[in-house]
Amino acid sequence: MFSHIRNGLALAAGLALLSPLAQASKADDTLVAAFQAQLPSLDRYHAPGREGFLLGLLAYDALLYRDPNTLEVKPLLATAWRQINPTVWEFDLRKGVKFHDGVEMTAEDVKFSLEYAADEKNRVFNRMTGGWIKSVDVINPYKVRINAEAVTPLAIEYLIQLPIIPKAYREKVGLEAFGQRPVGTGPYKVAKGKGNEIVFTRNDEYFEGGGKSKPKIKTLIYRNIPDVNTQVAELISGGVDWAYYIPNDQAARIERMPNITVKNAETFRIGFITLDAAGLSDPNSPLKNVKVRQAIAYAIDRQAIASKLVGGSSKPVNAACTPSQFGCTQNVTTYKYDPAKAKALMAEAGYKDGFSIDVYGYRSRPVAEAIIGNLNAIGIHANLRWQQYSAVIQQRRDHKTPIVIDDYGSAGVADAGGILPFFFAESPDDQSRDPIVTEAVQKAGSIADQAQRKVLYAKALNRIAEQAYWVPLFTMPVNYVFAKNLSIPIPGDENVEFWRAEWK
Amino acid sequence: MRTFIARRLGVSLLVLLTISTLSFVLLKASGDLAISLAGEGSGADYVAFLRKTYGWDRPILVQYADWLWRLLRGDLGTSFYYGSPVLEIIAERLPVTLKLGAFAIFMALGVAFPLGSLAALRPDGWMDRVAMFIAMVGQATPIFWFSFVLILILGLNLAVLPISGGGTTAHFVMPSIALAFYAMPAIIRIVRGGMIEALASDYIRTARAKGLRPWAVIVRHALRNTLVPVVAIASVQFGFLLGGSVVVETIFALHGIGYLTWEAISQNDYPVVQASVLVVSAFYVVLTLLADLLNMLIDPRIRHD
Repeated sequence: MFSHIRNGLALAAGLALLSPLAQASKADDTLVAAFQAQLPSLDRYHAPGREGFLLGLLAYDALLYRDPNTLEVKPLLATAWRQINPTVWEFDLRKGVKFHDGVEMTAEDVKFSLEYAADEKNRVFNRMTGGWIKSVDVINPYKVRINAEAVTPLAIEYLIQLPIIPKAYREKVGLEAFGQRPVGTGPYKVAKGKGNEIVFTRNDEYFEGGGKSKPKIKTLIYRNIPDVNTQVAELISGGVDWAYYIPNDQAARIERMPNITVKNAETFRIGFITLDAAGLSDPNSPLKNVKVRQAIAYAIDRQAIASKLVGGSSKPVNAACTPSQFGCTQNVTTYKYDPAKAKALMAEAGYKDGFSIDVYGYRSRPVAEAIIGNLNAIGIHANLRWQQYSAVIQQRRDHKTPIVIDDYGSAGVADAGGILPFFFAESPDDQSRDPIVTEAVQKAGSIADQAQRKVLYAKALNRIAEQAYWVPLFTMPVNYVFAKNLSIPIPGDENVEFWRAEWK
Repeated sequence: MRTFIARRLGVSLLVLLTISTLSFVLLKASGDLAISLAGEGSGADYVAFLRKTYGWDRPILVQYADWLWRLLRGDLGTSFYYGSPVLEIIAERLPVTLKLGAFAIFMALGVAFPLGSLAALRPDGWMDRVAMFIAMVGQATPIFWFSFVLILILGLNLAVLPISGGGTTAHFVMPSIALAFYAMPAIIRIVRGGMIEALASDYIRTARAKGLRPWAVIVRHALRNTLVPVVAIASVQFGFLLGGSVVVETIFALHGIGYLTWEAISQNDYPVVQASVLVVSAFYVVLTLLADLLNMLIDPRIRHD
């Protein structure tokens, strides 16, 4: 039997020699990046999640570009833009930009793309980014006007997420074929779109002068490796040059390898707890009492959870938004970890002996268990209900969840308007139904005056914190792990600029 | 024999129906496809719109009946996640899993046959102990753990095999070993048990008494009689392998049916889950049927029953 194993090994070695291992690869100028998720479609409008964002940046361009570190908005397919009136925006388009199929990009393509995103019937992913558009007028081949349904203060934030696709090609090949052989204007072209890997090759024609640039590395391979342990093994072996979302314990271990760099960076995602302050799940809910909610806020050791469990550069947040977002003031009531004070508040509220309640969660089990432990310490007997994300969210919308341990990435929008309207202002996920918050959030979402919007958001955030409608928890940074001989920018919003990567 | 096959097919159909009902209900209960499809920032009105357009607001029984009715007309539906016909996706992924399963079952048989036979020659001898120890370890080792041990040794330390992906045949070696290790124990036990029984029987004594050489006795007389249960178990194991491929394909990043199913479950993409479950169960059913037919060829006694 041992000879069997030896034969097996010899056979294996022979096979390996026959097909040389895909070695990563300064030599053949190919960057192999590993992702846990696969892209179901290469059409950005139908590609979900984080990876959909990255696809949008690689193969496509939007009218505008947002710098991943400064969050400053820069020209891209549009060279200049202006607001004509509160609901009309005008864009001058860059001349001479070619799609990957050689056809020039013009105003007709912009109209086609944006109206596609706007139409509910097309069932695009994250429709919020296009749903505000009423129509697009072609003024001339290099000038368009976008008419909004209503005043849309987040219009620019949404536009940076809407890629321009070629009208002629898209209409010719149809939805499904476009999803497999897409054409955009982006820095990389899709060379092979099916199977285990997506192969991107440099668009040598890529225009200069926008916020993005011609790639330095010729080939980029998107490899789908669902298991993070396998990703780590590939990183160590050199089969993969870059990966992200590597958990802290793994990252700490491979950081010691001589050929690997680990960088931890912030994202837009924050963790928080929603409390059913309106008593939607139970009219007699103890959570209706502000003292109970404040007790919960004092009971949770956010600093310890952030540094020990989330790790990296994670820090506690105090307001109900991502600190880097416009309008997200941190100058609100804060609840420092104080179990004694929490217990006193519970007693004041008439719950000296505590109570029992359901807590829903779906993301990180260790974090959820730490929170349950903190709650138990002040007499709240929390039953953890661990389910899938979509199931938890649906139950909150059906008014069945007293407490949810949740997180949110604001779909990449760098404005408090990317998060507050989804959890307050009478939205289905609003569990506080506070008229003061509702008024402020709705108004901030319907006026263009940025200074005034800031004031309104501050008002809403202060009220939320004071009333402890939420327990904001922590920021959720991620680890970028890559080969030492690779130099690649680390974004502050997860939008990796692969085109700026180069070999050292 | 024809009634036998007809009855087997009837039972198999009922099994398939039960499986599909169960998987449909479980999947619908575990999450909400509309929310995953809409995306985090889309808001509840868009979720409601998607639910209405796809008909997910109807009672679950109606949705199931709808799915079944389409299936009867040969329409497996369209994946909500991939946006392409399920049949197309399955056809693209199935060869990967079949290749993996075939490699694994041949590897498992290749190891289990000699090992089980040698073990049977001297029950409780050292060879038997070694074989039984291997079978026990194989049975007790979680497949994912064994896969990572393989990656560690063959992929990282010796660096002889690619760690993940499915581009070349070399990519299939590690996942096949992992799966084979998982399928092997049952086959070793069956071979060993069958051989011990066969070697103790009268016709073997007669064969020996005739003065046949030992290997001829073992291979031509004993082994052939052991084949019947082995064929049965191997076909069941092959079905198991298709199921085990969910874990192995996910670890080794092979784009087969297993990984597809895993991904579809987490997306609540029920047309894909349903189709994968049906395909795997259908394979199971067909394989057991084939095994029975094969056994008729091997064993004249079954044929003449």
